[in-house]
Amino acid sequence: MSAVPTSPLQATYHRLRGRFGDLSLLGLTLAAALACLVLVGAIVWKIVALAGPSFDRFGLGFVTARVWDPVKHVFGALPFIYGTAVSSLVALVIATPVAIAIGLYLSELAPRGVRGIVGSLVELLAAIPSVVLGLWGILVLGPFLAHHVEPWLHSTVGFIPLFGDPQQTGQGLFTAAVILTIMIVPIVASISRELFLGVPSDLEEGALALGATRWEMVRGVILPATRSGIAAAVILGLGRAVGEAIAVTQVIGGGTRIGWSLFPPADTLASKIASSYQGAGSGIETSSLLNLAAILLVLGLIANLIAQVIVRRFDPLRGAR
Amino acid sequence: MTESFTIAPVIDVTQVRPDSHAGEREVVFDIHDLTVSYGRVTAISDVNLQIHRNIITAIIGPSGCGKSTFIRCLNRMNDLVPGTRIEGQILYQGSDLYASGVDPVEVRRRIGMVFQKANPFPKSIYDNVAWGPRVLGMRKDLDERVEKALRSAALWDEVKDRLKKNALSLSGGQQQRLCIARAIAVEPEVLLLDEPASALDPIATSAIEDLMHHLKREYTLVIVTHNMQQAARVADLTAFFSLEVDENRRSGVLVEYDATSKIFTNPSDKRTEDYVTGRFG
Amino acid sequence: MSRYRRRRLVNRAMEVLATVAALVAVGVLAVVVISVARRGAGAVSWGFFTKPQALFGQPGGGIANALVGTALLVLLATAMALPVGVLSAIYLTEFARRSVAVPIQVVIDVLAGLPTIVIGIFVYALLVVGHTQSGYAGAFALAVIMLPLIARATQEVLLLVPDTLREASLALGVRRWRTVIGVILPSSVGGILTGTVLAVARAAGETAPLLFTSSIFANTVQTDVTKALPNIPVLIFTYSEQPDPALHQQAWAAALVLMAFVLLASLAAKALLARSRRKLAR
Repeated sequence: MSAVPTSPLQATYHRLRGRFGDLSLLGLTLAAALACLVLVGAIVWKIVALAGPSFDRFGLGFVTARVWDPVKHVFGALPFIYGTAVSSLVALVIATPVAIAIGLYLSELAPRGVRGIVGSLVELLAAIPSVVLGLWGILVLGPFLAHHVEPWLHSTVGFIPLFGDPQQTGQGLFTAAVILTIMIVPIVASISRELFLGVPSDLEEGALALGATRWEMVRGVILPATRSGIAAAVILGLGRAVGEAIAVTQVIGGGTRIGWSLFPPADTLASKIASSYQGAGSGIETSSLLNLAAILLVLGLIANLIAQVIVRRFDPLRGAR
Repeated sequence: MTESFTIAPVIDVTQVRPDSHAGEREVVFDIHDLTVSYGRVTAISDVNLQIHRNIITAIIGPSGCGKSTFIRCLNRMNDLVPGTRIEGQILYQGSDLYASGVDPVEVRRRIGMVFQKANPFPKSIYDNVAWGPRVLGMRKDLDERVEKALRSAALWDEVKDRLKKNALSLSGGQQQRLCIARAIAVEPEVLLLDEPASALDPIATSAIEDLMHHLKREYTLVIVTHNMQQAARVADLTAFFSLEVDENRRSGVLVEYDATSKIFTNPSDKRTEDYVTGRFG
Repeated sequence: MSRYRRRRLVNRAMEVLATVAALVAVGVLAVVVISVARRGAGAVSWGFFTKPQALFGQPGGGIANALVGTALLVLLATAMALPVGVLSAIYLTEFARRSVAVPIQVVIDVLAGLPTIVIGIFVYALLVVGHTQSGYAGAFALAVIMLPLIARATQEVLLLVPDTLREASLALGVRRWRTVIGVILPSSVGGILTGTVLAVARAAGETAPLLFTSSIFANTVQTDVTKALPNIPVLIFTYSEQPDPALHQQAWAAALVLMAFVLLASLAAKALLARSRRKLAR
């Protein structure tokens, strides 16, 4: 297509065709972008709409009700909120320092060649499909925890109510928390590593030139400078943990117990939905499961939006993504 | 920063206040046959030099002749660059700086450094100065320590009412003086300054230079500068480095080292003369 | 102990802790991979790949139908997600004003963070209720997961194209749409490909979206997309919950195949990334 028209008619034709082309591309891409918006809106709307009957029946008390009885048609979310909260928080508490330590190792400590390899291995850990991790959890981790770790914990720190009587199968909140930890660590570690590498080296040199040790430099300069980014990463990891259904379903055993000990079986919001949906007997049970999904959706949205706000407000560079 | 572009040197020799006993003072750094290479590139070769106490020693020379490399050897900051190889010997007050048992962390506390681009921490002014002493365990009388350091850096009066404000709110010259205060706060014996005023305007530069005259009473100062007039203004002794291209190797070498007045008015080496008269560099 | 010695000790202790943490991560990876490899390798054979699932209770059988099913589902999902993802990214980087682009980006990031089980339920309610499970429904659910990944990857690589390139093309009198299609997109193909490969690797392993949309048990190879298709993740999931050790071994073997695929895809994506980086640096 030449840019120089050879006749007035051809010029008009080219101009119109060009404009048509521009408009078409704009229209096409705009439609695609709007489709994304519509998709998210549809998901939220559909879930909320289907949860409607359950919400109408039980109201906000659904969130604090403890009973889940498909036979009597009485449903409450509290056991699952408890399960989600405990498993995710335990996982977060263990995963965060480990992930930050790995991030520091990859950015500050590891020799050149090792850095790339270990970094790739950590990313590979993140790529393991959750169903595979769950399979490993049921058949390997669960029995191991049940026969070795839980009894040991119970005998040494059993006075802490968290560590009650050990289970036979290893299916329970504790195993789920460990699996979630394995899932969160690579996410937070990768982001942390990027953040630490992004701290300008002249700040690091300034601290070291004062006679500080490497750790003092990390604690005094690197960690404070990356505080908000790490917070966002942790919240992102939390969102992941809260939303994980498959691996958790496989190892958590199922139940509606609320109690101190971490070892007995339980359910999270996500795992309850995954395990019970197919077998839901009544409309109200289905709707209540969707009510759980709505709660899960809200939690996931909150975590995601908070993380986004932190990143966009405190790191405009990254917000351009 | 641009050099003066003239044929004859525009250096007012009457401004030079040389310490005529400079070369007789106690030796702080005794450097023998120092050769530094990064990978296959040799940055400086066979440097022999002695730095004396409580005077200002300037390292001058064209870009790329290894001045920064040299000065970073003195507080082992080159350790942080992977692939650095250091041959030769640097004795600090008689002890080998690179002996196997020596901890670079301790070296850096005693030999402080101020960088070309001011790099204050993103903390308050107070915390910038106090961080070093806190970490090193000098926690007593922290307020006094901070004040003393800021006074020594001629910054106290300007910041005493806003110690809690973020250090990045200061001007470039103030930030650099803050970095000097930060370095002084940990009570080093030596201060290394790597082109400390190259990013500053003339007024701020002049403030830093005046500061250096005061500081040399308590500390030994080594300054790298590519501004000859600055060297003439502040330094007692001046070392001229230049690039030597021989066989396949380009590396920095020490050409001449003498009292500042001699370097600038009557240099012994032709290369020095060419440089200070502006014929090259 | 002197202050100085204590500081050195603390520094050393922190170094050790960080190294241990990294070793633990690598160790866990090794344990999982070795577990899968050890337990699954025994069942992997030529027959394993070519035979469909056996009836429950019968020995033997393989994953042929699940493999075919996963391949079809992922292919279909990519066909759905790729155009929408790339086009959205083009809109965001080439056409949208900042005030419009940022909210859309926020929404896409929200989409990326949605729990996959919620997506599965949504698609179930949308496409399966009133009809039956189908490959379309399963693929659509996977596409919803792939979409934000592809969109983000495309955006990142489009942003890498320097504005001077766009200006040069427009200054020649070339129209916008031609510039995008003829100049900008071609130079971004590497990044888009990388993002797609990674999204494919992710989608191949997702179970929750398929649980309610395409999760039948079948013992023949199915290719009818209007019906539910057996697939690897749901196979692993279902078998893992059975008490039969023979099924467990099949699950391990399928997991081995899945992990090998994910590993290969990640390596391929890395290689693609390195190659496109070299090209851009020209």
